[in-house]
Amino acid sequence: MLTKRIIACLDVHAGRVVKGVQFVDLIDAGDPATQAARHAREGADEIVLLDITATHEGRQTLLDTVRRTARELFVPFCVGGGIKSARDAEQVFEAGADKVSINSAALADPDLISAIGSSFGAQAVVVAIDARRDPAAADPVREAQVFVHGGRKPAGRRVVEWAREAEERGAGEILLTSMDADGTRAGFDCELTAAVSEAVGIPVIASGGAGTVAHFADVFGRGQAHAALAASIFHFGVSTSRSLKEELAKAGVPVRLPC
Amino acid sequence: MITVIDYKAGNLTSVLKTLRYLGAEPVVTDGDLSLVESAERIVLPGVGHFAATEKLDATGLTSAIRAAIARDVPFLGICVGMQWLYAGSTEAPQQPGLGAFSESCSRFAECTEKVPHVGWNSLEVREGSRLLAGVEPGEFVYFTHSYKGPVTADTAAVTQYIEPFAAAVERGNVMGVQFHPEKSGETGLKILRNFLAWQAKGAGC
Repeated sequence: MLTKRIIACLDVHAGRVVKGVQFVDLIDAGDPATQAARHAREGADEIVLLDITATHEGRQTLLDTVRRTARELFVPFCVGGGIKSARDAEQVFEAGADKVSINSAALADPDLISAIGSSFGAQAVVVAIDARRDPAAADPVREAQVFVHGGRKPAGRRVVEWAREAEERGAGEILLTSMDADGTRAGFDCELTAAVSEAVGIPVIASGGAGTVAHFADVFGRGQAHAALAASIFHFGVSTSRSLKEELAKAGVPVRLPC
Repeated sequence: MITVIDYKAGNLTSVLKTLRYLGAEPVVTDGDLSLVESAERIVLPGVGHFAATEKLDATGLTSAIRAAIARDVPFLGICVGMQWLYAGSTEAPQQPGLGAFSESCSRFAECTEKVPHVGWNSLEVREGSRLLAGVEPGEFVYFTHSYKGPVTADTAAVTQYIEPFAAAVERGNVMGVQFHPEKSGETGLKILRNFLAWQAKGAGC
């Protein structure tokens, strides 16, 4: 049976895992390679490394970090942050990533999705969408808006439409972050996740708002998510993939329990 | 020597890295046939589109691989590399596969489930599989694909998604896995170790 994926997300700045609310007050949370290996051992189904520096001078540091992290990681490994061209993606793949996550660069140049997909396969292209409900709209969920620049600037696109276009252009998965829910630990935006999942034929990864095991069960059920991203819930040993999955299994969610 | 075939379909880094981690010293060829002729084992990875296997014909690698298989060189196809072992795929009907298995690959049936099939799924390992020896019920492997091979007498493991399909195929020294052993944690490493330890039946040591 196909299981629901729990994806551990590491925010990386200048070669270190960091944690902060809304990218402010960053706390050092360790070495990316060590953290990724630990998550994989504890049962994470996939690792996402998100480079939040994404400056020009930071690129080499990132590639070194990806190389070091990939070396002894034998679960799918996705890298995002600052990938603006097919060449950037190629370097990240050569360093050992299996997938890249692209966000604002795909909005600015939608051809980037097919450019990467045609060389590396659709399964290697994750289109990340930062979404906010549109409270002024008749249907705030179905008319939710895409945001860029860490959720500060509207991109002038509707989330559901953009997800469909990304699929048509050859994205393999959608990583949907609710900027409304992000950092709240009050639960995923299940309505929004379900609206996107129903609109596309590719898997949707839900992100933003995880605080309890019940939130994951909810987004896999009501939210129709195929995978869910967890970041802060895992840091500093608060909760591990293993304990999360054991609880999900008890709740009847199909998960891969680590050996 | 273990030879990894590069036909410019996706990224070889993960496969090479994993083989090295397991102590192998893979060499890569995208057309040097001598590296196939002298190979002790051959791995054909592959993600993406079945049409990319056209490069194998154009470079002469198909014939070299066919000859190596006839010499009992252990061969492992991964993902599209497994699909290539069949007669063909509806993904690229004009492009023939190797034909080691006479059936063809086809796309998952249209339904409410997502296609591609992405994620960790379980294996029903058939008795007698050498490649999957030691894989216990309840172990999972990582898939990402839209096309699949049918369940036949040569199927070494069955996985259920929309319908039962061949997660692994094995006959003599020819093996294929639809999943990605290099991305399947300890279970995947165990399967690759089995392949690296594979000795042709009847061969002296």
